[in-house]
Amino acid sequence: MSGPAVELIHVTKRYGDVVAVDDVSLAIDRGELVAMLGPNGAGKTTSINLMLGMRNPTSGKARLFGLDPKDLKARSRIGVMLQESGVPGMLRVEELVALFCSYYPRPLPVAQAIAMAGLDEKAKTLVKDLSGGQHQRLYLALALCGDPEVLFLDEPTVGMDVEGRRRFLQEIAGLGARGRTIVLTTHYLEEADQLAKRVVVIDRGHVIADSSPTEIKARVAGKRITFLTTALPDESRFAGLPLNSIQVEDHRVRLLTNEPEEVLRELFQRGVELRDLEVSGADLEEAFVAMTRHEVTA
Amino acid sequence: MSAEAVAVSPTTAPVLPMLGRQAYAEFVKLLRVPAFSVTSIVLPSMFYAFIGLGQAREPLFPGSSVTFGQYFLASMALYGVANVMVLGFGISLANERGQKQDLLMKSTPLPAPVYFVAKALSALAIALISIVVLSVFAAIAAGVHLTASQWLTLGTRAMLCSIPFIGLGFALGYLAGPNSAPAVTNLIYLPTAFASGLFFPLQLLPRFLQDIAPYLPLYRAAHLVWNSVGVPYDDISADWVYMAGYTVGFFLLALWAYRRDQGKKFN
Repeated sequence: MSGPAVELIHVTKRYGDVVAVDDVSLAIDRGELVAMLGPNGAGKTTSINLMLGMRNPTSGKARLFGLDPKDLKARSRIGVMLQESGVPGMLRVEELVALFCSYYPRPLPVAQAIAMAGLDEKAKTLVKDLSGGQHQRLYLALALCGDPEVLFLDEPTVGMDVEGRRRFLQEIAGLGARGRTIVLTTHYLEEADQLAKRVVVIDRGHVIADSSPTEIKARVAGKRITFLTTALPDESRFAGLPLNSIQVEDHRVRLLTNEPEEVLRELFQRGVELRDLEVSGADLEEAFVAMTRHEVTA
Repeated sequence: MSAEAVAVSPTTAPVLPMLGRQAYAEFVKLLRVPAFSVTSIVLPSMFYAFIGLGQAREPLFPGSSVTFGQYFLASMALYGVANVMVLGFGISLANERGQKQDLLMKSTPLPAPVYFVAKALSALAIALISIVVLSVFAAIAAGVHLTASQWLTLGTRAMLCSIPFIGLGFALGYLAGPNSAPAVTNLIYLPTAFASGLFFPLQLLPRFLQDIAPYLPLYRAAHLVWNSVGVPYDDISADWVYMAGYTVGFFLLALWAYRRDQGKKFN
């Protein structure tokens, strides 16, 4: 009964000519809290759908507990929050949770699942009358009600306000601390950082990084150096510099680096003309996007 | 985890309680949409009031022992149950697909057959309610008399005849989009109900409709329910055979439509 909880083995998924996931191999062990990070359209949702057996790989295979993910025995051990899905609006919260509880061999008591999602006061409300944030909580209750060993959360905080997001992430962290395996997709680096011990960065269907948040951050965090240069800047002039990314638009150059002092010293030595120079803290999102861009062209 | 622990703990949930919960949920979902439940339950009685009430005691045709009231009761019972199946399934399934309810369901260990059987059971329950309401209305308001065995035969046959329409409803639910479903299902259902002689005896309809009618499932079903209230036919076994054929045909169509939809979404 050991072995990874979730596995993708050389999985490729094509939609027509588009390769959404390209030869990805990934194993997630029991008890791990993994964040799959990547820009929109990177293949995160497709990867999750492949893990869940909601999509068939074009080649390679996916395994849940060593079983075909379509196997009801495997599905009985997981809970899922999908990015885009609906629930019947004309059922009350407690009716819907009770219904989902009946799908699983060892469900939580209905009231407990509702309480874990913080929906106690809405138990008798019709689903259609819930607010957007409450809907997300309902989805969490439905994902939890089978007392799953593995929880899949596809962009669970989309559409939540700042406070709702913070509370939600705290709850997820608590679930992880109690030994549940959690696979979460997000395009927010800070979410991944806050929650996960392992971050898998996906870009254009490839896994481009798979390590701890600290290491990922070390690669993307840094300073942004921007300046204008009259000479038509050519990327070879920046060769050998410790840069995370280079963007050149007309005469404006944007560099991301973890060692801004070193870069500036080199630039002065190489005699690059710098006007309108600015050095600022790189926005994490931007740095991350820059990193994925950089990795692909490299 | 020891081998014994695995052996004693069930690996999937028991099917019957799941089916019970699902059927209850489907029933409640249908009942709480007045646009569906009220029309399904009240409409047959309303048509009965408009068309059947005034001439309920008249013989169906001169010399007939069957009254128009009895004949039209059977017609509307059939209209009601088939209406529940075609519109109830067609529109509710198309809506559920439109709201992507099928996605989350797909990720759960709910077996697809349990979902379909639950939906069918819930619609059968609403169909039964519509027959009971109509029968009570016809008996009280129009004074329709049937023997106990006639009541029972009518009810049983109307329910049996609704089965092929479950398949048709499923098929339409997977083929029609959420916006077009009400129009498509009504466009298919209302004219065929009319052309099958449910509202006016076939003899009063244009010739070309009379020629088409024998091939319509509602016409065959109508024979069976009219026969149950005493309208004599030489042989109704052909009608049963037709109904069995439509059942197989519509369910195959539903299966094809379902697979087509699943292939698009989950392949």
